[in-house]
Amino acid sequence: MVPLWWHIVLGAVLFVIGAAGVLLRRNILVVLMSLELLLNSVNINFIAFGHYYDDFRGQIFAIFVIAITAAEVAVALGILVALVRNKSTLRVDDVTMMKG
Amino acid sequence: MNQGFFLLFAAASVITALTVVLARNPVHSALALMACFLPISAIFVLLEAPFLAVIQIFVYVGAIMVLFLFVIMMIDVREAVLQRFLPGGNLPALALLVLLGGEMLVLVLWSDRFSVTEPVATRTAGDIRQLSTTLFADYLLPFEVASVILLAALVGAIVLARKEPG
Repeated sequence: MVPLWWHIVLGAVLFVIGAAGVLLRRNILVVLMSLELLLNSVNINFIAFGHYYDDFRGQIFAIFVIAITAAEVAVALGILVALVRNKSTLRVDDVTMMKG
Repeated sequence: MNQGFFLLFAAASVITALTVVLARNPVHSALALMACFLPISAIFVLLEAPFLAVIQIFVYVGAIMVLFLFVIMMIDVREAVLQRFLPGGNLPALALLVLLGGEMLVLVLWSDRFSVTEPVATRTAGDIRQLSTTLFADYLLPFEVASVILLAALVGAIVLARKEPG
């Protein structure tokens, strides 16, 4: 069998890669995709713990995380379309309208 | 056998995740993200969660990636291709990432709580019937709240993406 810590390490590696995308990339679309990666790495941890400690709650939490992710992506892409229509930019560092 | 499959899928998902972050073109990032979700759902199958694997493919590969690709087609991404990373001081962000990753790895490898190789109790968690009973009996209120959140997101996305009236 696969040891539990392999799954945890995989989740951590994917989390760091996704965080790098969120913090370093300039394109808003790629930042949103990296957010998906972050949420998915957390799902791996939930399901791995649920499997090894024989508990359904891991899978149930993962279902809720997926539902919330779908909602988040819909709203974020709606905001993105509105942003491109008003300001016509896709760069994170150009969107500083709320900076005093 | 299982270990080999796990290593194969983990390597595939890590490589495609790196492609998501490093690719120049957002379309390539979106396709690499789709290719990253498939090995992760295979890992869910290895963890005896087939329902979650199917949900993963339906929701992420089927719905979310199509949404991303539609938005990429709607807006012009050509000028955004030129520079991949934020200009200037990325050093604090890099230091934060190294610190975060190092901390998580040290904590996981240090502790002996994660060294379980076999599930600790009798196997019942593969049963979808029991999963749905738990979901609809004990977690009914969070389920309904999640559906209300989805409805709110639906309405919010329509309102946000609509053209201004008049």
